[in-house]
Amino acid sequence: MKWKEESQRKQYGRALVELGKERSDIVVLDADLSSSTRTADFAAVFPERFFNCGIAEQNMMDTAAGLASSGKTVFVSTFAVFGTGRCYDQIRQSIAYPNLNVKIVASHAGITVGGDGASHQIVEDIALIRVLPNMQVIVPADSPETYKVVKHIAGTKGPCYVRIGRADVPTITDEATPFDVNKAPVLRDGKDITLIGCGIMVSKCLEAAEELTKHGIDARVINLHTIKPIDEKTIVKAARETGGVVTAEEHSVMMGMGSAVAMVLVENFHVPMKRVGIPDVFGESGGCDELMAKYGLTVDNIVEAAHDVLKRKK
Amino acid sequence: MEVYDGEFISELEAAAKRIRRHIIKMIYEAGSGHPGGSLSAADILTAMYFHILRHDPKKPDWPDRDRFVLSKGHAAPALYATLAEVGYFPQEELCTLRKMGSRLQGHPCMRKTPGVEMSTGSLGHGLAAGNGMALAAKLDRKLYRIYVLCGDGEMDVGETWEAAMLASHYKLDNITMYIDRNKLQLDGPTEKIMSLEPLSDKWTAFGWHVIEINGHNMKEIIHATNEAKGIKGRPTAIICHTIKGKGVSYMEGSLHFHGKAPNKAEYEQAMKELGGEA
Repeated sequence: MKWKEESQRKQYGRALVELGKERSDIVVLDADLSSSTRTADFAAVFPERFFNCGIAEQNMMDTAAGLASSGKTVFVSTFAVFGTGRCYDQIRQSIAYPNLNVKIVASHAGITVGGDGASHQIVEDIALIRVLPNMQVIVPADSPETYKVVKHIAGTKGPCYVRIGRADVPTITDEATPFDVNKAPVLRDGKDITLIGCGIMVSKCLEAAEELTKHGIDARVINLHTIKPIDEKTIVKAARETGGVVTAEEHSVMMGMGSAVAMVLVENFHVPMKRVGIPDVFGESGGCDELMAKYGLTVDNIVEAAHDVLKRKK
Repeated sequence: MEVYDGEFISELEAAAKRIRRHIIKMIYEAGSGHPGGSLSAADILTAMYFHILRHDPKKPDWPDRDRFVLSKGHAAPALYATLAEVGYFPQEELCTLRKMGSRLQGHPCMRKTPGVEMSTGSLGHGLAAGNGMALAAKLDRKLYRIYVLCGDGEMDVGETWEAAMLASHYKLDNITMYIDRNKLQLDGPTEKIMSLEPLSDKWTAFGWHVIEINGHNMKEIIHATNEAKGIKGRPTAIICHTIKGKGVSYMEGSLHFHGKAPNKAEYEQAMKELGGEA
């Protein structure tokens, strides 16, 4: 399957600039990574509304909180590894607890960061943030979806965390479908098994579904772009109608999207399930493709997981 | 220079005494709380809400109001006592401190309590949050000012210095930070736990205008604040030399009453010393 590969960060920058033109309450903060996160695009047009906080993420989050308490709609960006763990208390105490209008758009999430290695490859950010009350967690699947997500969250009140990657990703979402934080799109219908992906793994789920048809297996593919609030209805419906679930995320198998899906299934309609993801280890330096292969994030990993689940299906 | 007459100052001092009585009473009734750091901050808070702040207790969301952030959130009893005294909510509510369903949480909650500008309690957050408010004011070309009260223990926190740099870098002359320099933290004197001196030099080095005052002297608090208002292009740090537990003899200079409520006998004695009744 050949899709166009596009940058999520570029669409983030584009959406920010458009928002900046439409609304005077939009402000953007970064921690010395604006040329990487693309908040620099906003800074170029609206320098008076862009605040570089330097390498000081804790300060940045609390400053964002102060701006939000004064009526601003605040976008905050840095690498995902620095925009979560480093400033966790600030997110918890000053943003999540008082429910302030701060949108954390974290870039360079997962192992596709590549050569920088483990210190920069966060494998646990979805886990860290989804456990905080009041925080929404969104993982756009591709470049056009990133644009839609950014436009959407600017219009809602409350804190959220959006994770995007460094690498260009295949464009697989439908341009015409609007983003709905409460509804996970079913990209491909199917009756034998459900493949639930988020972020870069959604395209791999679609490829896996293609591969599975060769074995006479008809797979449903869901783009679970929103981990919190999670679309229980679509997940449970899929479990009922297909009897087996595979999840796939560029994240540890511990406590990420797969775990969130497992919680829904166990409490509502449990079916055989397998999580595809990074196997509870830190990353390392390498090229994108070889890292994805080594850390279990390939189409083959999803296909293998699907066969495993099908064996256990009643 | 403005001159404040004796009567005006006496009224402020009387208000501070009432606030101290509220602090002791509400902590006693709650059975927990932080009397030491609340008492050391009482005079600063009194001056703030009775004189310094442009604000309207009936309109806590007035967009052009000055903002006050209690970075040392554990001094919440002092803040609540002051807010009640000036009319943000009824004084009768003070005895609900820390109780289930109360609008007065153990540490300030901006969603529950009228007049609280930022949720604090974790320490080291208030100055950065205040900076965010100061940036918003500059963006909107508004003249309201931001006032932040930090404990001297918060000078241990890295984020405090990140915020110090940002305020200086962005020339936030509309923010004034008071340091409640009572020289004690929980485990011991600040200079034994993590020495801060020379503290004044540190803030000057970070680009701030620095003033040192007696944090229990109303005239000095007000004059320093006025001086801060006149400083252009950089923020001001007012180091307020205070006594932890000020006003209650057995609490003054005590580590023990950092986070401990008085028992019945202690409560009665404290109220007597503060000119009230248990």
